[in-house]
Amino acid sequence: MLALPALVWLGALFVLPMLMIVALSFMKRGTYGQLVYEFTLKNYARMIDPLYVQIFFDTFFVAILTTVLSLICAYPLAYYISRMPRSAQKIWLLLVMIPFWINFLVRSYAWVIILRSQGVINSFLLSAGLIQEPLPLLYNFGSVMVGMVYTLLPFMVLPIYVSLEQLDRRKLEAAYDLGATPWKAFWHVTLPLTKTGIMTGSILVFVSSIGMFVVPDVMGGAKSALMGNVIQNQFLSARDWPFGSALSIVLMVLSMLLIFLYYRAVHAREAKEGTA
Amino acid sequence: MKTLRHRTLSGYSWAMLVFLYLPIAVLMLYSFNESRINAVWSGFTWKWYLSLFDNRQVMNALWNSLTIALISSILATVLGTAASLAMKHYSLQWRNFFNGLSYLPIVIPEIMMGLSLLVLFSQMHIELGKLTLVLAHVTFSLPFVMVIINTRLADMGKELEEAAQDLGATAWETLRYITLPLISPSIVAGFLMSFTLSLDDFIISFFVAGPNSTTLPLYIYGLVKRGVSPEVNALSTLLIASTVLLVVVAELFRRKDSKSLSI
Repeated sequence: MLALPALVWLGALFVLPMLMIVALSFMKRGTYGQLVYEFTLKNYARMIDPLYVQIFFDTFFVAILTTVLSLICAYPLAYYISRMPRSAQKIWLLLVMIPFWINFLVRSYAWVIILRSQGVINSFLLSAGLIQEPLPLLYNFGSVMVGMVYTLLPFMVLPIYVSLEQLDRRKLEAAYDLGATPWKAFWHVTLPLTKTGIMTGSILVFVSSIGMFVVPDVMGGAKSALMGNVIQNQFLSARDWPFGSALSIVLMVLSMLLIFLYYRAVHAREAKEGTA
Repeated sequence: MKTLRHRTLSGYSWAMLVFLYLPIAVLMLYSFNESRINAVWSGFTWKWYLSLFDNRQVMNALWNSLTIALISSILATVLGTAASLAMKHYSLQWRNFFNGLSYLPIVIPEIMMGLSLLVLFSQMHIELGKLTLVLAHVTFSLPFVMVIINTRLADMGKELEEAAQDLGATAWETLRYITLPLISPSIVAGFLMSFTLSLDDFIISFFVAGPNSTTLPLYIYGLVKRGVSPEVNALSTLLIASTVLLVVVAELFRRKDSKSLSI
């Protein structure tokens, strides 16, 4: 009984709207942006256009690159934190989490202040006489990547830390006793045993970057159109809701599929190693 | 060899911390910068902060943000607490279903939730505004409240409740005098969490806000799109300061919570 209000709430404001998006993606758009209740597959067919294929490709490329770069940045940090004394661990974790709580719009904007042509870096270099013209640091692929990794990094650090923290140290000692070098022990013991953390972190970062439109918007300028920007555009400017719905469904299905494949690949390897 | 490895790792970690905090520090520093156009430091000033307080739009957005956050977090906390308490008595199958349902909104891209709610509200002819913002904010914070309270309930065990009932307490008395006081720290944590999530939300609000219900993050987005100005720095700095304060308070509550559990 007590659970009913929450259940109804989630049903009405989460499940129902999602189903509406699915329904919408098979409808037509009227001349003035109104909905025409007629079944069509055109919205999906339209995505074969090389333009949209390219944007899908770019979006996944950015998401995967963001995930990999975040993993590379986060793992050593999480590892270092997990090796600290207890009290220091808590402080470092809090320090990593605080930026995560700060509005990511504000955090992207902070990078704009640093990178723009009258920004901190350019002002400094200009006044030092090292450059004559401001460097184009903002509104390019590089700045988008910096912004993405920066905003999503804590998502990766935390789950990896948790799995490193739960690591059974006796297994490492066993590896050393058997003559493993620190690097070998890390590669064959620590890394495989923290796979769950890596997986959770990667999924969190990947899912978040797939739908991202604020960072590319603020730090990429008009140049970088990722799927999130296109979908947002279809809903708010172009007023083509059916096409926007179709795009977002394909995006979600593709990302779920990728997550599923990743999940299965990791588990398959785990199972194989378990029997070996 | 080991110390070298340790030093590299330590240096790297400190560098990551600098990476995380440098932009925030620069943003905060430049909110006190006299110059409007340049990033070059030209003297200390409070004027951007003062002009914020005179800015009707900013104050309006702040008021909207706070009221929406307060109403939606109270609603989410009440609904979430009730659901979590009830779920404890469900069969495993039901509980799994409920858990799945409540985890989904957390893992689905925010943009999807935003636009699906936009579609719902427009099809139902509900005018976009404060009401739709509250409805949306409850929807995305409810799962977080449930996760926090579920964790606490799972850690708690049944002994105390059973003891109370053995001593003749009714279901209501058990809830009132045993369960609720025991989970109160996590109720507060859930409330603070949804309050922060609501204050902070941009993406979902972006889709469901009406022209007269601009929240603080939406207002900042508008300013950022128009270009860089020191007022945005000042506003962002205030936002950062209040976020940090909230996080620290929430953390203190959490520690108190884990302490009371270990006793």
